[in-house]
Amino acid sequence: MDVAGLTIWQFSLLAAGGAFLAGLLGALTGLGGGVVIVPLLTLVFGVDIRYAVGASLVAVIATSSGAAAAYVREGYTNIRLGLLLEVATTGGALTGAMLAIGTSANVIAVIFGLVLLFSAYFSIKGVPERPAEESPDRVATWLALDSSYPTPEGRQTYRVRHVPAGFGLMYGAGVLSGLLGIGSGALKVLAMDRVMRIPFKASTTTSNFMIGVTAAASAGVYLHRGYLDPGLAMPVVLGVLAGATLGSRLLARGNVDILRLIFAVLVSALALQMIVNGLRGTF
Amino acid sequence: MSTNRQTDAEQSLEAVLGGLLRWGTLLSATVVLIGGAAFLWVHGAQPPHYATFRGETSHLNSVADIVSGASRLQPEAIIQLGLLLLVATPIARVIGALVAFLWRRDRKYVVISALVLAALLYGLLAS
Repeated sequence: MDVAGLTIWQFSLLAAGGAFLAGLLGALTGLGGGVVIVPLLTLVFGVDIRYAVGASLVAVIATSSGAAAAYVREGYTNIRLGLLLEVATTGGALTGAMLAIGTSANVIAVIFGLVLLFSAYFSIKGVPERPAEESPDRVATWLALDSSYPTPEGRQTYRVRHVPAGFGLMYGAGVLSGLLGIGSGALKVLAMDRVMRIPFKASTTTSNFMIGVTAAASAGVYLHRGYLDPGLAMPVVLGVLAGATLGSRLLARGNVDILRLIFAVLVSALALQMIVNGLRGTF
Repeated sequence: MSTNRQTDAEQSLEAVLGGLLRWGTLLSATVVLIGGAAFLWVHGAQPPHYATFRGETSHLNSVADIVSGASRLQPEAIIQLGLLLLVATPIARVIGALVAFLWRRDRKYVVISALVLAALLYGLLAS
């Protein structure tokens, strides 16, 4: 799109509209709004990737806080586990944000594209529910991580496993979050579900709880380095927040499998474009 | 303490912290909206400059600058203040958890919450 002739008014309206759609689709498909904000702003609106990453990061905080407020009442979130893993994700986020400053925009674009492809694949593949395992894990017991979540038949208890491996993966998720301005929700759920063997409902809500805290750690670094442009962040944050709020209301109503597939294809196309442009060095 | 009682206490803590997240998000969005309206009123007809990164030469990149600009009602500083409130919301939540664990004398989780809080404050104030 040629944005050269636009005024700030027109640009802000278009950006808010795009961010609204990103937030809506992100909430409906579970991919999160952050993953499409950066490609949208850079590829479509011609925004510098550093400003795009900054705006995306604060939008991620907004949607995480908004959604966490709804989830915690339902009692799925494992607070202790979330806090423990936040030690890893915030440390990773500070590392990632500092790496971002010295890394070329083209390299960031290529890494971004690869993470997008992984997220899109992960969103269609889905995760099967598994029964709780019985034998206790020493580290998880010491840290009192085992918990329970509500089901129609009463509270189902579960045990947490492989804490050090999960902790390490969370550090990586934090680095990507700080480097790319995304929530890294897909990687967080992967670490909790596949490695730590936490039930899907508990890992998605705990992941969402952690996303805002993780992003808040790198937001400070972004602020000091001038990545947060108020004029750009304003329409993006408000648009994503409105879209995500509507999306989470609609989500309770229907089957979103087809929508998820369409969104995954769209995200993959954006991912490939980011990779191609990054390799050509046009960022 | 039985597992069930612990869960009940955690549930009520969660309700309080959940409310904090909701109101914090709403408050920050309102401040961003007010600053945004003023920003569009003043600068709306100008062309945007987002294609060129100005980095550290841009103003409003420290907490002190933002607070002083917002107190002089500069539209861009008000937006940044709203974004700061947004960043502060999850930080307030971690402080809430730290206080709850202190109150329950859960030493391990006092240390864990304090580590998370230290990383957050480092990013915001010291980095």
